[in-house]
Amino acid sequence: MKFFPLVWATLWRKKTRTIFTLLSIVVAFLLFGLLETVDYAFSHPGGGSNSGADRLITINKYSITLPLQLAQLGDIKSVPGVTAVTWLSWFGAYYQEPKNFVFAEPIDSDSYFKVYNDDYVIADQQMQAFRTTRTGVLVSAALLQKFGWKVGDKVPLHSTIWTQKDGSLDWTFDIVGVLNPKTPELASQQATIFLFHYEMFDEGRNFGKGTVAWFEERIADPAQSAALSNKIDALFANSANETKTQPAKDFALAFLKQLGDIGFILHAILGAVFFTLLFLTGNTMMQSVRERIPELAVLKTLGFGNPTILGLVVGESLLLCGIGALIGLGFSYAALPGLKKLLQGVDLSPDGVTPGFLIAVLFALIVSILPAARAVRLNIIDALASQH
Amino acid sequence: MFKQLTAVTAMNLQTLPQRWGTSSVIVIGIAGVVAVLVSLLAMGVGFQHTLADSGRADRVIILRGGSDVELNSNLTRADIDVIASAPGLAKDALGKPALSNELVTVANVPKIDTGTDANVTLRGVGAKLLTVRPEIQFVSGRMFRPGVRELIAGAGAAKQFRGLTTGSILRLRNADWTVTGVFTSNGDVHESELLADVDTVTSAIERTAGYSSAIGLLASPDSFDAFKDALTTDPRLKVDVQREPDYYAAQSKDLSKTLKVVGTTVAAIMAIGAMFGALNSMYSAVATRSLEIATLRAIGFGGVPIVISVLLEALLLSLLGGTLGAALAWVFFNGHSVSTLGGAFAQVVFKLTVTRRLIVTGIIWACIIGLLGGLFPAVRAARIPVAEALRAA
Repeated sequence: MKFFPLVWATLWRKKTRTIFTLLSIVVAFLLFGLLETVDYAFSHPGGGSNSGADRLITINKYSITLPLQLAQLGDIKSVPGVTAVTWLSWFGAYYQEPKNFVFAEPIDSDSYFKVYNDDYVIADQQMQAFRTTRTGVLVSAALLQKFGWKVGDKVPLHSTIWTQKDGSLDWTFDIVGVLNPKTPELASQQATIFLFHYEMFDEGRNFGKGTVAWFEERIADPAQSAALSNKIDALFANSANETKTQPAKDFALAFLKQLGDIGFILHAILGAVFFTLLFLTGNTMMQSVRERIPELAVLKTLGFGNPTILGLVVGESLLLCGIGALIGLGFSYAALPGLKKLLQGVDLSPDGVTPGFLIAVLFALIVSILPAARAVRLNIIDALASQH
Repeated sequence: MFKQLTAVTAMNLQTLPQRWGTSSVIVIGIAGVVAVLVSLLAMGVGFQHTLADSGRADRVIILRGGSDVELNSNLTRADIDVIASAPGLAKDALGKPALSNELVTVANVPKIDTGTDANVTLRGVGAKLLTVRPEIQFVSGRMFRPGVRELIAGAGAAKQFRGLTTGSILRLRNADWTVTGVFTSNGDVHESELLADVDTVTSAIERTAGYSSAIGLLASPDSFDAFKDALTTDPRLKVDVQREPDYYAAQSKDLSKTLKVVGTTVAAIMAIGAMFGALNSMYSAVATRSLEIATLRAIGFGGVPIVISVLLEALLLSLLGGTLGAALAWVFFNGHSVSTLGGAFAQVVFKLTVTRRLIVTGIIWACIIGLLGGLFPAVRAARIPVAEALRAA
């Protein structure tokens, strides 16, 4: 530690150069922080939290676009370990124009809130109103705000899939309550959620009656999720409606994976960023040591041993990269809320940022190898002689 | 002054090899930025090309009114009959209208690289398929036969998803389907799909509601308006009629835009880092040449030629870097095929396309970074105090 002032002084020997190098390191770690969090978000749907570990999703084995039958409900319910089952359908809705996407889902009000019992806060009175109003809907607080709706409003949604008996794609609902997601993660994932009655939906549509898009099960023991999934699928093996059941998390992950190999793309970019930066910083360090050869020779003459000299050069590099990483990662952390807005529906976690410091140390070591080797190998007499 | 400029610049460039270490920072830094920029943009361009190529101005897609994609649409057999009799459709050799009634569904097929299930479009197509889509060419195998469980696979799908080569068996919904051939279709979106006889697909998925869409080939692109009017004013129908290019352009818009924004943002942040690198190396280039510059100033060279010469050096190095970066992107990624979830809930396979325009964009970025990085050092060079610099030597 006593050499810190010396390392600090040499670091700022050429101020402009150090500042510019520092800034490019900041930029690299800013990018690192941003891209790693995005990568983390895509590989950990639902965030690092445990919510959803006790939920399974059952879809049609052959295609997510093919329906299942509501009649399958009874069999799934009878599987020991499954505590609640609910069913949902795609509605493909928007409000007024296609860009106003609304995640409207027909639900069964009893079983839905058994499966999702701890996701939302809903006022008792509003819940009561929902249960008793055929055309009633519960809407996320964010959606209310977005379209300036309020409880009591009648709102029309356009479904891109389901026609009513009269051939119309426009469905009208009455807002009876507000869904308040319990966590900010849920709030960002479920920003456009709009829940209405399956009963009204099934009666109203003019085809596909009695079908559902998927079932969701709540299970007693998350450790049993694989075994229960297999049990459910076995019920329908070789039937016309074979199923594929998986934990809700795996389902979300598989969906994100379909977007493409995002991890590979992000890491390829980071590879390019760090290679470029390695080159740049390495160059600066080399230059700085080259300029200080006479000084280093003087230190050696005074009796500084090789390990100390090595420590000084590596220390300088660690300090430079450390400061840069700290600032850069700090910036990327500050950008998290902005990123969240951009990537609606996926969760970001600051956990993605932490590995950055490890990388910074590794990076500092790589960058200082050549200059440190040069400083250690230095021949005192030649070095002093080269001064004039 | 021009003479001075050429003299100083020539001198600069002659000493460049001696300063190769620091100069290479500019080249490599900028190459990195341009390579990332061009590769990311190439993804957006490739995706757009794939969807844009799916369209012919004389081909129309008819969906149920209000459904924005085929997957959500629904037409009955009666609808199809009405559409087939509308004026403006091309006729085949037998005088039958060039219309294919199609059913779009999605099948789970594992991806080759990850082994995880992906949504692949299985498209049931009508008997007039080859009249409507003459661009379909077989790479291997033969056409499927109607009435039996046979399908043909697009070349893009065959490359990305498992078990889609000619002769292999694909298990879909309790039945084995034989892949009888692999086709190309001008690199368009259908190369990501599986095609089979529409009635066979309908019975396989037990769909009762009808078809997804009807694809028609017009007698000429000009007959679009008449055709559209005939359908939209027919009281028996409630359909949307679009030219194919318009339909696919709408589907590619979002992703292309996202890729463009992401690519530009990442590259812009990186560019700032590279600019600091360029500043560093140009400052050190000026510093090592301060004696030389002071001498020039002493014997009467003006400040402007010196500023310009430093800028030219920075520009030359960044041009080199830009070219290198674009070349790297081209060598590694041009034609590289990837797939993503397209607008219609199914995988679209596309190739990264490094176009000439992207290369030019990359090189322009390189020059801007180089100029910004060279500007301050250039001004410093012109302001070197002559007497001090000479004395310091």
